Amino acid sequence: MKNLVSALGRGGLKIVQEAGEMALFLLAALGQACRRPFRFRRLMQEIHFIGLKSGLIVLLTASFTGMVLALQGYYTLRKYGSEGALGSAVALSLIRELGPVLTALMVSGRAGSAITAEIGIMRITEQLDALDTMAINPLQYVVMPKLLASLISVPLLTAIFDVVGIMGGYLIGVVLLGVSSGAYFSGIVQSVVSLDINGGMVKSLVFGLTIILVACYKGYFTGRGAEGVSRATTETVVLSAILVLAWDYVLTSFFM
Amino acid sequence: MIELIDVVRTFDGQRVLDGINLTIPRGKITVIIGKSGAGKSVLLKHLVGLLKPERGRILIDGFDITQAKGRQLQECRKKFGVLFQGGALFDSLTVFENVAFPLREKTRLSAAEIAVRTRQRLAQVNLSQEMEDKFPDELSGGMKKRVALARALIEEPEILLFDEPVTGLDPPMTNTVFHLIAKTHQEIGYTGVVVSHDIPAVFQVADYVAMLHQGKIIAWGSPAEVQANPLPMVQGFIRGEVNFLEG
Ligand SMILES: Nc1ncnc2c1ncn2[C@@H]1O[C@H](COP(=O)(O)OP(=O)(O)OP(=O)(O)O)[C@@H](O)[C@H]1O
Ligand SMILES: [Mg+2]
Repeated sequence: MKNLVSALGRGGLKIVQEAGEMALFLLAALGQACRRPFRFRRLMQEIHFIGLKSGLIVLLTASFTGMVLALQGYYTLRKYGSEGALGSAVALSLIRELGPVLTALMVSGRAGSAITAEIGIMRITEQLDALDTMAINPLQYVVMPKLLASLISVPLLTAIFDVVGIMGGYLIGVVLLGVSSGAYFSGIVQSVVSLDINGGMVKSLVFGLTIILVACYKGYFTGRGAEGVSRATTETVVLSAILVLAWDYVLTSFFM
Repeated sequence: MIELIDVVRTFDGQRVLDGINLTIPRGKITVIIGKSGAGKSVLLKHLVGLLKPERGRILIDGFDITQAKGRQLQECRKKFGVLFQGGALFDSLTVFENVAFPLREKTRLSAAEIAVRTRQRLAQVNLSQEMEDKFPDELSGGMKKRVALARALIEEPEILLFDEPVTGLDPPMTNTVFHLIAKTHQEIGYTGVVVSHDIPAVFQVADYVAMLHQGKIIAWGSPAEVQANPLPMVQGFIRGEVNFLEG
């Protein structure tokens, strides 16, 4: 029993410590954004990798999510005879909740693990040390562009997710199940307020930064050898998913 | 001039550097020898501030790099070029981009000028133009070494650290590389530190030789002096005697 308590305490301390280290890492890396030279080309490369290359997977998940929301929503709403509210149900779920969360999870799965592997390999093959000896700060050259790219790409991807999801819902709800097109869209216009959209965007900013921060941090401080990198990659996927869902609860309760 | 004063460093309870005292004279090439695992690479990383000692000071032209942080550390590092034991080539960049990297990032030279210098360095290490667009993972071990050497030399820094520049190269290439190290030394007069096992070939570039053994510098002097050193460890290492390697 005593062992259990002390183990819990140790685990808790470790989590707090790691969170603190990650915050310091974030500050150090973002601080590099104000240092010359500003690496515009590196930023573009990272936006290409984190943002553009996640486009297809986001389109796919978004359309299926919108379609299944419409299907489920129609089934439930029909019991109360209010199929007309389908548009607002689909749009609100997407904008407030599913858009930011699923986009972040997809980007994390596609880009996050790859970033950890990339930086981890740079660490174990001394490429980060080589940058250091060339008097180029690896935080500025490698990490900072990725963090900035996440702040730019993930909200945009989320916006795309929302729109495509709503279109997917339209396809099922209106085209297939026969809800009136006017009701679908006027439901959206009447129910979605700017707080919903702003809240969703704040979420996507926070989630995007979180997943890419975790990915960079785990890669930067990877353990030894190929095994160390593979463990870091796994930890990235698990930790980003947990953090996204935990942040989601915190932010939702904040924006209610 | 680089001075190491009583430098101590332990890894997991193992004293890898156990009170190193060494002076590396300016404008000369100092060769560090010692058996595998003696701590030569660790010593080299301390010189550029990649590793910090637990105790002791490392003075680069009088500036203590062990205490330096941030800006100051970066300024001090601008003097260095480093050839890592594993090459440390950027694997997302081509051979050409790797070699051109320090010039592109740190100087304001025109693209044409950078290309000229890069090709010149690549030619010096016998890499033809067809190799330029290959990526590091498409190269043999020896080629990687040579690309890394070209990258270390390109900026013509004041201080050059070479961690095993010829390991994995065939004998003619070994001579080419030692020749290149000596030739560029004549041209730009850098302060050089070369880690190598390649005895006696490495003595041809050495102004001074230091032998690292059990965390200490046990022999130091001109190549002739070290070769004449009576310590059994030194003699055993230079002659490649088996009992020394086991001991
Ligand atoms: N990052 C590290 N963490 C723990 N131990 C280390 C680390 N780096 C080096 N060591 C240990 O320090 C000792 C010296 O290693 P080093 O790489 O300097 O040897 P070396 O003299 O360069 O050998 P070689 O000629 O084989 O390259 C080794 O025993 C190694 O295990
Ligand atoms: Mg070594």
